[in-house]
Amino acid sequence: MMAGSGSDHLRADQDQVLTVTDLVVEFPTKGGGKVHAVSGISFDLLRGETLGILGESGCGKSSAGRAVMQLPPPTSGSVRLEETELTGLSKSAVRSKRRPMQMILQDPVSALNPRRRVKDLVAEGPRIWGKKVTDQQIRDVLSEVGLDPDVVMDRRPYEMSGGQCQRVCIARALMLEPTVMICDEPVSSLDVSVQAQILNLLEQARERLRLSMIFIAHDVAVVKNISDRVMVMYLGKVCEITPSDGLAQRALHPYTKLLLDSVPEAELMDDSEVARGGQTSTELPSPLNPPSGCRFRTRCPLASEVCKEEEPKLRELAPGHWVACHHADDGAAPTRAVIGEEGNPETGLVTEEAAADAATADDRVTDADESVATKAEPPKRAADEG
Amino acid sequence: MTTTTTEPVELNPYEEDPLLVVDALHTEIMTPRGALKAVDGVTFSLRQGETLGVVGESGSGKSVMGRTVMGLYRSGGNMNVSGQVLLEGEDIQSMTARELRRVWGSKVGMVFQDPMTALNPVKKIGTHLTETLKEHSKLDGKAARNRAEELLNLVGIPEPRRRLDQFPHEMSGGMRQRVVIAIALANNPRLLIADEPTTALDVTVQKQILDLLQRLQAELGMAVILISHNLGVVAGRADRVGVMYAGRFAELAPAKQLFADPRHHYTRALLAAIPKLEQPPHVRLDAIEGAPPNMVNPPHGCRFAPRCRAAQEDCTHVPPRLVPTDQSNLMGHKRHWYACYHPVSHDTPGGE
Ligand SMILES: Nc1ncnc2c1ncn2[C@@H]1O[C@H](COP(=O)(O)OP(=O)(O)OP(=O)(O)O)[C@@H](O)[C@H]1O
Ligand SMILES: Nc1ncnc2c1ncn2[C@@H]1O[C@H](COP(=O)(O)OP(=O)(O)O)[C@@H](O)[C@H]1O
Ligand code: SF4
Ligand code: SF4
Ligand SMILES: [Mg+2]
Ligand SMILES: [Mg+2]
Repeated sequence: MMAGSGSDHLRADQDQVLTVTDLVVEFPTKGGGKVHAVSGISFDLLRGETLGILGESGCGKSSAGRAVMQLPPPTSGSVRLEETELTGLSKSAVRSKRRPMQMILQDPVSALNPRRRVKDLVAEGPRIWGKKVTDQQIRDVLSEVGLDPDVVMDRRPYEMSGGQCQRVCIARALMLEPTVMICDEPVSSLDVSVQAQILNLLEQARERLRLSMIFIAHDVAVVKNISDRVMVMYLGKVCEITPSDGLAQRALHPYTKLLLDSVPEAELMDDSEVARGGQTSTELPSPLNPPSGCRFRTRCPLASEVCKEEEPKLRELAPGHWVACHHADDGAAPTRAVIGEEGNPETGLVTEEAAADAATADDRVTDADESVATKAEPPKRAADEG
Repeated sequence: MTTTTTEPVELNPYEEDPLLVVDALHTEIMTPRGALKAVDGVTFSLRQGETLGVVGESGSGKSVMGRTVMGLYRSGGNMNVSGQVLLEGEDIQSMTARELRRVWGSKVGMVFQDPMTALNPVKKIGTHLTETLKEHSKLDGKAARNRAEELLNLVGIPEPRRRLDQFPHEMSGGMRQRVVIAIALANNPRLLIADEPTTALDVTVQKQILDLLQRLQAELGMAVILISHNLGVVAGRADRVGVMYAGRFAELAPAKQLFADPRHHYTRALLAAIPKLEQPPHVRLDAIEGAPPNMVNPPHGCRFAPRCRAAQEDCTHVPPRLVPTDQSNLMGHKRHWYACYHPVSHDTPGGE
């Protein structure tokens, strides 16, 4: 097996809809280097199951999601949807074979063709496949996603709020009767009140249609709410896969714990003062040149010599709970409190972010666009006017 | 004064020795569809060293409020501002452009969501800082550079001397936001307005930046208005929190009280809609149906009424004013204010 995060955690003999093995996504850079976006991750998805993928910006969540969709196909690795291997197929074969798999994106407004009306947007998918779509079908699916067909049928994307556009995106996906939905940060650009509406809607669709879902997000509580299992990623690798029930108590990987300790919502519940220090910043190393051994070691409070030399493999430390860390099960395994006391790990080298920035230009463009859109002079949205 | 839909808010914000007083502030923006009441009657005061958190959903008027307090938005062009903003007794909205420039930098600093827009991409970090420093003090080149290095050190940037010669794009988003904070703090302002300072950042970086702001505030004794759409961000950081809805405060209270004992139905609903880590997976979230009102033509009466499960007939006529709960602090000040005719009560936590 390649030096990846291992694939022993794939579950044998169950009702797998999707199996991804040793997925690698690399992007060549101008200087002849390459961005290691996803470096050998494996996971599987059972029928009706939701797998959450959690991690910070640039850790490879979207790249992994897109590679599963073959958009573009991964550098290497296998993606099996039901009985079909999707990698290595011709473009047209991919298009027809991946039909049961639909993707929902973060920015619902730009995901929709601004010139088309809702009724055409919703019918677009099946029509491409030469199916006739009746008005009644369109009405039904719009009602299913909580939109009033009489109100929205003839609207265009810019005449609707972000939440309404996301409902239209979900309706479009449902029209193709998917078995797997890959949701890439579907609520990250929405306000909490709308976020709750969309999460409830996805959950309801999943139950009714027995969908399997991959749900990508950076918000721990959101991921936990919707997922059966959570996979935590860091710099293109899997750190931990755990049942989402009891996530905060179960977490064993130092990175998962850092994420949990950073959640601001924790303070909504917490009466006690949270210990805070004024540390200097330690940030994500460059994906152009990731650290040797464990990629988290430059920020890890437990890092030791072995972490530099040997990449930790995923090991099952409790039933269904896999952790890639040399020290997660040491007798003196840290509790969250210890990490909290120490504040953010200061042990790490502060690596040069310049290279990372240049390499992530593609990603940053989108991020920048999003922040521009929500910043200073917000573009006028029809939603504001009702 | 163009706004006639509101009565003056019966909130007396003038505690002794306020640093900032915002009184019946209205900011209207002319749009092709009509006058948009982005801020529609906001009143509060802020003491030295105090942190006011302002939360609310997108479009609720947080940024416009921050920019009007700052004096970035003033009457003229497509804006119409009424009401008062007094910073140490000086009326921001009636200052000349020159007076305003003096106040910015020396008395009030601002940090925005996207650090990149606050920085000039072709200027080195050091130049950004020294220019700001020289504008408001008589430091010479060398002294300014030393002070710049000191400031970068203060905001937790490693190797500050080397960083002075870097360009903004050579830094990560978190580092850039630290630089922006350093610039805002260059001349020791009394008030810092931070508008979504961490929204563009990852959670671990967000925590570092919030920790930094909190530490600096304690060290420098400045007041902070911390604006965020994320209740969690302000929860542990603010002394008081104002919940904005449709251009107004629905509720304004000490942070702990607000989260433990919300009186306004919007506050309660907002808290209930957030997924919580301690809930088991697949719990159905208590979503708020509908969407915020159109602020060109807001509903009569309580703006939350169309979405409020506790709304009654009398909610739809006259906008509720902020009224205090009967609790007061040791000084006898009423600290918990809400604008609701049928507040959430203790006996019916769901409020329905
Ligand atoms: N320069 C402008 N021209 C026209 N309308 C504006 C302008 N600035 C803000 N608005 C409008 O004013 C209202 C309040 O905007 P504001 O940016 O203050 O909200 P916010 O609470 O900060 O929202 P967000 O979280 O999206 O930034 C919105 O309806 C917005 O579209
Ligand atoms: N088309 C591309 N060209 C070059 N680098 C890319 C491209 N797409 C993604 N990357 C890089 O791959 C890494 C992982 O990206 P992504 O999968 O988008 O992460 P996430 O979705 O978790 O933010 C990042 O460093 C990103 O900048
Ligand atoms: S202890 Fe070692 S292996 Fe585990 S996360 Fe830290 S650096 Fe990685
Ligand atoms: S005033 Fe009426 S509509 Fe407004 S929040 Fe209170 S109960 Fe609801
Ligand atoms: Mg992404
Ligand atoms: Mg804003």
